Amino acid sequence: MVKDKLMLWSICLLATLTVVPLLAILGEVLLRGYDQLSWTFFTEPTPTAYKTMEAIKTGEPIPGGIANGIVGTMIMLGMATVVAIPLGILCGAFLAENNKNSFAQFVSYLTDLLQGTPSVIISIITYIWVVVPMKGYSAIAGSAALCIMMLPLIIRSTEETLKILPASLKEAGLALGGNKARVMLKVQLPAAFGGIFTGVLLAISRVIGETAPLMFTALGCSFIRFAVDKPISAVPLLIWEFFNDPNLQELIWGASLFLLLFVLTLNLSSKYLAKKWNQ
Amino acid sequence: MTDKLYRIILFITALIMPIVCGGIVYALVTDAYDAFEHFGFLKFLTSSEWSCTEGNEQYGALPFITGTLMTTLLALIFCIPFSLPVALFVGEYFKGTKIASILSTVTDLLAGIPSIIYGLWGFYTLRPIIMAFNISPQGSGVLTASLVLAIMIVPYAASLSAEFIKMVPNDLKEGAYSLGATRSEVVRKVIFPVAGSGIFSSYVLAIGRALGETMTVTMLIGNTNNIPNSITSTGNSMASIIANQFGEADDLRLSSLIAIGLILFLITALINMIGKIMIKRARIA
Repeated sequence: MVKDKLMLWSICLLATLTVVPLLAILGEVLLRGYDQLSWTFFTEPTPTAYKTMEAIKTGEPIPGGIANGIVGTMIMLGMATVVAIPLGILCGAFLAENNKNSFAQFVSYLTDLLQGTPSVIISIITYIWVVVPMKGYSAIAGSAALCIMMLPLIIRSTEETLKILPASLKEAGLALGGNKARVMLKVQLPAAFGGIFTGVLLAISRVIGETAPLMFTALGCSFIRFAVDKPISAVPLLIWEFFNDPNLQELIWGASLFLLLFVLTLNLSSKYLAKKWNQ
Repeated sequence: MTDKLYRIILFITALIMPIVCGGIVYALVTDAYDAFEHFGFLKFLTSSEWSCTEGNEQYGALPFITGTLMTTLLALIFCIPFSLPVALFVGEYFKGTKIASILSTVTDLLAGIPSIIYGLWGFYTLRPIIMAFNISPQGSGVLTASLVLAIMIVPYAASLSAEFIKMVPNDLKEGAYSLGATRSEVVRKVIFPVAGSGIFSSYVLAIGRALGETMTVTMLIGNTNNIPNSITSTGNSMASIIANQFGEADDLRLSSLIAIGLILFLITALINMIGKIMIKRARIA
């Protein structure tokens, strides 16, 4: 009995200890970052090295913000999502419709393979495929890398949601005279909308904080840019730049706080939506 | 007619997976070929020299393979004492209660934190602690990187293990209780044997995660191109050497980095495949 109690208490203790890192990270980023957040932090691009030195010399706060990163993240994420959603849904539908044939099983295995591929490899690949032929870093390359990372996540969530739909739903649609494409489009996909939507949200929250896939593809850029064939910045790339530049280290925490809040909100809201739709 | 068209469209989109994956292997192999040809495949794997002096370039992958294996193994060791209790907490002791769902939400959120923020936290919070305890003078190194890696893989190992622990049939547990077993005996003698292969496979997948983790390791491992001779010394992992040097590399160095990428890709693919096959078996059993 003593042993039992001991085991229960040690499990409770160790399990509670895992909460500590989350609180520690959130706490540190919040405490060090919250006073940097201001209106200009979101509307101004990163300061140049010269301006920063001036500000440090005169003891003023570092001017500028992360607007270039926010714009870049939005552009690349937008392009990646627009491509990844239709491809992922169609591919997921293929897997759900043919789950017995061997080609589908092969595709399913490759989806797992791609999902497990380290992000730095995705970056190398996009460099070879996109950056080298285009002769330069670009937003297109960055969004291609993000798209490759999102695809397996969207495929999986689509496939799994379609698979748990009751078979009678599809059969009823077919019995009413709809062909398979029509039933998929008008019955199955709308019924699976909740699951697919949360899958897409999760995929976005997974890639929005990725730094490695953008390092050799989007490269970074110190002003706000909307051109898609030129190097562009992103919030995680900016954090990496600030980390490496001793002059800009003060800006790390504001940018991290923004990124962290964004990711965690996406994460929590997708969980909440999933729960709601499942009921 | 439309049925056929529909099927063809689905088939064509599904082709994207073989094309992308085949393309990854093809591109990595062709671009890594130079390095393998220049140094020889085995020599590249076993050489521990990495020098970019012009005219006498020597590149070998051994320090980075060792660095990756060391960080991953240490992370696994640090992760087990926390992820296993979390899995038991969620999957057995407090199964279905509110507090269990709070704990699993917390671990899910841990999985959602971007790796660069883990790196920052490790650098600005954990590193000074390591220095204060005089474990290593510069603070960064294999140990620091593995500690943060361990936190990062706890969610993956815990949530999957909890799933398998939950699946242990009730009649087995009740049978053991009726024979007079205590709860800790049920955990050790019923749950672990029954859910064991599933729990094991979740750790295999967690290893797959840790192997390719880039930013955190790059920020914390110290970035020296030597074989780490103790757990507190600095080094480089396969992912971190790529992240550090890819941007400035060309010709032979670029090819060598891509060769390291190919090796990393193959190792993670192998580990993930083993994990997935084991999970499939554990789910059927």
